[in-house]
Amino acid sequence: MANEIKLQTPLTSEMLEKLQVGDKVLLSGTIYTARDAAHKRLIELLKAGKELPFNPAGAVIYYVGPAPARPGKPIGSAGPTTSYRMDPYAPALMDAGLKAMVGKGPRGQSVVDSMVKNKAVYFAAVGGAAVVIAQAVKEAKIIAYEDLGAEAIRELKVVDFPVFVANDIKGNDIFKIGVEKYRR
Amino acid sequence: MKEINISQLIPVVRKLCIDANYYASPDVVEKIKFFMEKEESPTARDILALMLENHKMAAEEQMPMCQDTGVAVVFVELGQDVHLVGGDFYAAINEGVRQGYQDGYLRKSMVDDPVIERKNTKDNTPALIYTEIVPGDSLKITVAPKGGGAENMSEVKMMKAADGIEGVKDFVVDRIKRSGGNPCPPVVVGVGIGGSFEQSALLAKKALLRPLTEKHPDPKWAAVEDEILERINKLGIGPQGLGGRTTALAVQILTKPCHIASMPVAVNVNCHAHRHESAVIE
Repeated sequence: MANEIKLQTPLTSEMLEKLQVGDKVLLSGTIYTARDAAHKRLIELLKAGKELPFNPAGAVIYYVGPAPARPGKPIGSAGPTTSYRMDPYAPALMDAGLKAMVGKGPRGQSVVDSMVKNKAVYFAAVGGAAVVIAQAVKEAKIIAYEDLGAEAIRELKVVDFPVFVANDIKGNDIFKIGVEKYRR
Repeated sequence: MKEINISQLIPVVRKLCIDANYYASPDVVEKIKFFMEKEESPTARDILALMLENHKMAAEEQMPMCQDTGVAVVFVELGQDVHLVGGDFYAAINEGVRQGYQDGYLRKSMVDDPVIERKNTKDNTPALIYTEIVPGDSLKITVAPKGGGAENMSEVKMMKAADGIEGVKDFVVDRIKRSGGNPCPPVVVGVGIGGSFEQSALLAKKALLRPLTEKHPDPKWAAVEDEILERINKLGIGPQGLGGRTTALAVQILTKPCHIASMPVAVNVNCHAHRHESAVIE
């Protein structure tokens, strides 16, 4: 039976060691949003040896392009986008200190290998649970690339953001293990 | 001959865009509950329960169920005895989409140039509009917002007649297998068979509009749908791809006659939000 674990950012390798695929995690603290277009720019900065708009050490990136917020709300609906599109960029960010990614759908082998090497994890959030997730977001502010609209990088303060461990630091992959378990 | 002023369309399309995104269809809710009862994986049951909770909260909070509020796919059935007056028909539909996505706090997800510039149009237009002339003097509009994650898992294959019905079944099952957790399962699988290359794709999208609780009117195709659904739900992919028995809620097929040399088969994958709303203007 899967465990339920509370985690507070910034994350450390020690905090991630105990996680197993399938565990439910309630994530609290600061996380950063980025998807396709923002990732492209982050990687250009890394290649040029420049600083990122946020400190990548122990950081969590959430693959999301939220809907607009209603007046008085920090954010609109904010479920995960499909993660494989960020696969070409993820290893370089983990090399820079990124400790967790949140999205939906499986990752490629190069990303899984990089997670093992860098002791990082990948969390699956529930695609289509966007309103439930939005309630876990207490504050949101754009910290870079405002011109990208929904794709701008936002700093989110979250409390008990519900996610599942999809890839742990040992290279286990729930998208393989879970599927094999229920295949008939 | 009945006259319908174009300006009547704008508020109707606006509301359809908002309602389709805020309110889960009763048939989707029913199907998720049905599969949740049978689901063997505790994680999968957790996820399905979260989806149902999300439906309720979306309606309460007046927020879209999913942040990907999609491209606005609009199907129009125009009665042949209707005379449209007062302006440009397609401009009016686009204005309705513009207002709906703005006023409903829906995400704008359209880029103008598909490859080189990819600049957001900032109002979710242009809509994708398909118009069909039908008998009668009314105008039916269906708005089906379509998210990118599931759409990207769709495919058209020009099959050979020799591939037969088993070939069709294998192709559809394999398409879902290769999609894994990407299209936000449990998915709804629209299948278009026959016609031509482009018509099969449109049929697959239209097949998604049939209520999930309704069977195919032709028993031989209803049996094919049931068999494909059963095979898909044995793949083990489960909700969000984390493992489980609920990979698809339904498989829905539409067919058309085709050339003696051809057998086009299209699979259009839809996520579990499965949004569409219709209205009739008389």
